[in-house]
Amino acid sequence: MAANPMSQFDVYRIGPEIKVGAFDISFTNASLFMILSTVSILIIFNLGSNKNSILPNKIQLLAELSYTFVSKMISDTAGSKAKPYFAFIFSLFMFVLFCNMFGMIPYTFTVTSHIIVTFVLAAFIFIGVTVIGFIKHGFGYLKLFVPSGVPTVLLPLIVVIEIISYLSRPISLSVRLFANMMAGHTMMKVFGGFVISLGVVGGWLPLSFSVALTGLEILVAFLQAYVFAILTCIYLNDALNLHH
Amino acid sequence: MVKKIYFCPIFFSFFFVKEAFAAETGGMPQLNPEFWVSQIFWLILTFGIMYLVLSKLILPKISNNLETRKSQILENIEAAEKQREDSDAKLKEYDEIISKSKLEANSIFNQAREKAIKDIGAKRAVLDQQIDKEITEAGKEIEILRKKAPEKINKIAIETSSELLQKLIGAEINNSSITAIVDDLSKRNGDKYYGN
Repeated sequence: MAANPMSQFDVYRIGPEIKVGAFDISFTNASLFMILSTVSILIIFNLGSNKNSILPNKIQLLAELSYTFVSKMISDTAGSKAKPYFAFIFSLFMFVLFCNMFGMIPYTFTVTSHIIVTFVLAAFIFIGVTVIGFIKHGFGYLKLFVPSGVPTVLLPLIVVIEIISYLSRPISLSVRLFANMMAGHTMMKVFGGFVISLGVVGGWLPLSFSVALTGLEILVAFLQAYVFAILTCIYLNDALNLHH
Repeated sequence: MVKKIYFCPIFFSFFFVKEAFAAETGGMPQLNPEFWVSQIFWLILTFGIMYLVLSKLILPKISNNLETRKSQILENIEAAEKQREDSDAKLKEYDEIISKSKLEANSIFNQAREKAIKDIGAKRAVLDQQIDKEITEAGKEIEILRKKAPEKINKIAIETSSELLQKLIGAEINNSSITAIVDDLSKRNGDKYYGN
């Protein structure tokens, strides 16, 4: 059924089935769009950094604005100690942004609308941040779960809540991105389906909705990439500068 | 009315869509684990390669570009500042020279004027002296001439009268008698003319 709004999220094999042991690592449409996103990121930023002119051209300006944008975001939220992780957060932001934006082109596949992709990213961030926290502060990192200025009576409860909230970070981070992308794309597909089913007479209203939703979705695509990156910065800030 | 016609099919179509959802057996393709391993593998591969290339090759270049631009702009600003200071100093120097030369010109002018006034004064004094001298000399000459004039007139009068007498009477008359008469006359007349 072509009108099924969920069929746009189907993953299918492109080319032969590749198996390593028991694992199927075939090249799929998801892989294709991951490669497209990364290759376009690399092409754009390579073009933007090759020439070093005092007055930058458009693509150089784009690269440098992105660089300063992410660098400012990191220094604002995580301070100067987060500088070694700049490249990772920059890649993360760009990867999520480009995957989201590629999803906005009709008939494409949105890589970030799959929970497994966002969960792997979020879990990697979670594990990485935890490891960094323990390396920097040793067992003192556990003080993160004991906020200062809390009455001793409430302390057991607060510590439990803090631990749960810390452990739910990867889930909330991954589900936020995945759910936003999936919901937006589903909604666009549903309104697109209305346009067809209502025809020339009634189709204009859902069409205008669809147009408005497209604008909203582009905004969401940027915003979710930004949120994903800035939450990573905040988690990193917790690990680097233990304030509790 | 028209709105109602528009909205009714939209409202009803929600039911059709819901039916379509219900008819779907697979549910969300995201929860189908068939391609999870493949997605994880390709994610790590592509993201890892992109991270390596970005962090090792591209981002250092961009940061280098930004740094060089920043330093170049700072250098240019510094150079401009320095040049401005230089030009300010030059302007000051120029102003000083101008005011100095104005003062100098003034003093030179004053000196020249004083000198000229002095010269003129000296020359005038000399000329005045000369003129005074000449005037006194002329006065003396006049005095001499005035003193000499009655004598000469007397002499002329004696000669003229002796000749006149000779022609009129034809007799030689003693010069000394004539002289005595003329002297007497001139003394009288001289008193009348010269007042002495």
